[in-house]
Amino acid sequence: MNAETINLNPASTNTMAIHALLHLADDSLIMGHRCSEWCGHGPILEQDIALTNIALDFVGQSRHLYQYIATQLQDISNDVALTLIDFDILPEKINEDSLAYLRDTHAFKNHLLVELPNGDWAQTILKICSFSVYRFYLFQLLQKHTDLNLAGIAEKSLKEVQYHVKWSSEWIIRLGDGTHESKSRMLQAIEFLWPYMGEMFEPVMYEKVYYHLDDVTYTSLKNNWLDKMNQIFEQATLPTQSLNQWHQTGGKIGKHTEHLGYILAEMQFLPRTFPNAIW
Amino acid sequence: MDTITLAIQFQKKIDQDIKIEPRDWMPDEYRKTLIRQISQHAHSEVVGMLPEGNWITRAPSLRRKAILLAKVQDEAGHGLYLYSAAETLGITRDEMYQQLHTNKAKYSSIFNYPTISWADMGAIGWLVDGAAIMNQVPLSRCSYGPYARAMVRICKEESFHQRQGFEILLTLSKGNKAQQKMCQDAINRWWWPALMMFGPSDNDSPHTAQSMQWKIKRFTNDELRQKFVDVCAEQVKFLGMTLPDKDLKWNEAKQHYDFGPINWDEFWNVVKGNGPCNKERLSTRIQAWENGAWVREAALAYEEKKAARQYSYDTENKTNQVPVS
Repeated sequence: MNAETINLNPASTNTMAIHALLHLADDSLIMGHRCSEWCGHGPILEQDIALTNIALDFVGQSRHLYQYIATQLQDISNDVALTLIDFDILPEKINEDSLAYLRDTHAFKNHLLVELPNGDWAQTILKICSFSVYRFYLFQLLQKHTDLNLAGIAEKSLKEVQYHVKWSSEWIIRLGDGTHESKSRMLQAIEFLWPYMGEMFEPVMYEKVYYHLDDVTYTSLKNNWLDKMNQIFEQATLPTQSLNQWHQTGGKIGKHTEHLGYILAEMQFLPRTFPNAIW
Repeated sequence: MDTITLAIQFQKKIDQDIKIEPRDWMPDEYRKTLIRQISQHAHSEVVGMLPEGNWITRAPSLRRKAILLAKVQDEAGHGLYLYSAAETLGITRDEMYQQLHTNKAKYSSIFNYPTISWADMGAIGWLVDGAAIMNQVPLSRCSYGPYARAMVRICKEESFHQRQGFEILLTLSKGNKAQQKMCQDAINRWWWPALMMFGPSDNDSPHTAQSMQWKIKRFTNDELRQKFVDVCAEQVKFLGMTLPDKDLKWNEAKQHYDFGPINWDEFWNVVKGNGPCNKERLSTRIQAWENGAWVREAALAYEEKKAARQYSYDTENKTNQVPVS
């Protein structure tokens, strides 16, 4: 992609590709941010280490994706970049850091689920598990994508995602089938988070165009996810769930909860205070 | 064998640099000293995660964020090795946590100082990890085997951390005015507390003589502190910054740097609990422990259920088996 060929039509393939990649990168970054908040505060030292590892995986994935986006935008003019990326401070250079640090909430395209506060261990575990199971099935599809860079990132990330699914599902089973208190906390976590699950299976325009997944594939992605989650719930002696009820959406098109603003205020304050400084 | 003979044999081993292992006989005081020192060291790693951990979400670039996350994770890992080493002496991790939470066990006072700017991540790496390495390299030759072996691995990672810290400061020192100011300010705040990390002056260090005889310690506090000052006084020149000590001066006759008096009044006050963050650090640890109680109970309950199910499955299968005559 370069300055000559870039097409700013909102529905153009280029725009769709950039937005879909930003969506994937933002999901990883915000997941990483939330997981990293546990660092030093976990219930068991070994689990503190495991969760920090997961945070590192997510931050690493976001870096690969942002770096890839930046290479695609190397040659375009600032005006085009500004419109396409929705920067609110004009960066000297488009790179992984300007993409992460110089966009405001409306430009972030992550799912609402990932920006929700950590809550207790049950809520954090359910969030990681549900998101990782979704990522597992999605990346299995994306590793066959015609965009070989994306396919490569998906393939590499899959190994990490498999571990995230294993680690978090084992915890759901332990908590569901543990004590009376842990079960009731798992139930509360499901009740709180479930309205945010549906957004993962309601593709917006850029996902449809860039992922090249038809409706049938999307339906099977959703069914695979639900089957796997229910399998875990059954093993955890928790009630199985459906996705038929009303759910929250908007994150993927920049309409977020109040939480994202606080995350970004904390995360971005230094680069925004000293624009163009090197750290 | 009587205790006196055992004690003589023990000291002979120490003198011959033969490592003491968990099953070997050791004097009670040796065991106590090690438990005190290793658990204090483990607590320092775990409490030490907090001052740096609070900058993970604010790291100014994604690369720095990943490095800092990995670093704090390493500290948790060090805590684990050290708790395990202490457990070989007959104390459980939960007992050690209890001692920490009830103020019976100490941790390094340096972590009772606040991290108020990004440059503190650099200063901690350079000065605090630097001082820790100075203390810990000799510990990898300590007479107690499990402690010595844990220290070998820890020291490797710590020296990596120290280089990363110095690199943070070097980048800031080449940055804009505000970054340079941030850099100098962090050095000013961390320098003296880092010097205090070597512990009280030899004249006021009650445990030093015995610990040296047992080869738990190989150098005195003042010897290590001097070595640290000599190294840092040179390194700070690469940063184009200064150390906050007007008395710091090369002494040709001694072949060492002279340095100004340490504020021991501040040191003892921070040890006693009056540092800027003592209460906060401890209550954060206690809170993490208490908030995690239901998680640990659930994990235990689940393991018990699983074991019981396995047992009844095994028993059932046994009774169904055709007896072999």
